[in-house]
Amino acid sequence: MPKATTAGPLSTPAVSPRLLATALGVVTLMLLLTYLVAFDQGAVSQSGMFLHELMHDGRHLLGVPCH
Amino acid sequence: MPLSTGTKPPGFGALLLRGLLAGLFAGLLAGLFAYTFGEPKVDAAIAIEEAAAHTTAEPSHHEDELVSRDGQKGGLFLATGLYGAAMGGILATAYTLLRRRLRTPSDTRAALSLAGAALLGIVLVPYVKYPPNPPAVGDPGTINQRTVSYLAILVIGLVAVWAAVVAKRTQPTEWRQAIAAVIGFLVVVVVGYALLPNINEVPATFPPDLLWSFRIASLGTQAVLWTALGLAFAALLTTGRRKAAEPELVTAA
Repeated sequence: MPKATTAGPLSTPAVSPRLLATALGVVTLMLLLTYLVAFDQGAVSQSGMFLHELMHDGRHLLGVPCH
Repeated sequence: MPLSTGTKPPGFGALLLRGLLAGLFAGLLAGLFAYTFGEPKVDAAIAIEEAAAHTTAEPSHHEDELVSRDGQKGGLFLATGLYGAAMGGILATAYTLLRRRLRTPSDTRAALSLAGAALLGIVLVPYVKYPPNPPAVGDPGTINQRTVSYLAILVIGLVAVWAAVVAKRTQPTEWRQAIAAVIGFLVVVVVGYALLPNINEVPATFPPDLLWSFRIASLGTQAVLWTALGLAFAALLTTGRRKAAEPELVTAA
């Protein structure tokens, strides 16, 4: 059985608490961006329904439930 | 920012930048696919929706035309581009945190496995339970319940992939690992499918061939996105290193 550390040691930084905190922040930001595309109806974008309507076709074709 | 300078591993920022770029590229490519194969179906569905709205005098959200149809077709690229970039950022973060736990010496395989896991977990698993619907399908009154169920199935899809990996690693030989992975995956998916409510709001009058050609186009859009994202991210991971690598890596790529 291979050990868990067979991966190349040079391809990623070591996972530290600081990296985890940064990663958490980045994922939150990415999820907010996803929310903006997939679910927002003006609360985040502050554009009324404009962005929501603009991205209407994308939502349908990405498979997100919509109206 | 070269990915590997001697013995120093690339920072999270360098990996994240590659993920975002790969995601933006993949999103725009998926947008092109959706524009070509999906938009004709969306147009056809909207025509049905508006015909229905005129006969029943029901309010249709396409009536008030905040954004024109042409605007929405342009907005398609905005939507898929932003969505792709976000998914690329998440993929790069997952890669950074999980790379050392993926038992492969190949960065390319690691990147492609993660993109494949996402395609399976947050596209295919949700697709079978809640297939995407074109305009004119779906009761606006149930949108909140449908959204919550959709988010739940995304989580279940990811848990199923995780269960497959955990189950696989309990077994010593390759064929037993494969069986364990399938069982682990299916147990979570079947339980999840059984627990979540069934939703079928397709009107009996909606043409089934249009429904399914829309659904295929939608699946194709996500498949293009995740395939392109995985490949582009893997390619960007190795570009910084290619000069230093052996010539066979170049010919293989």
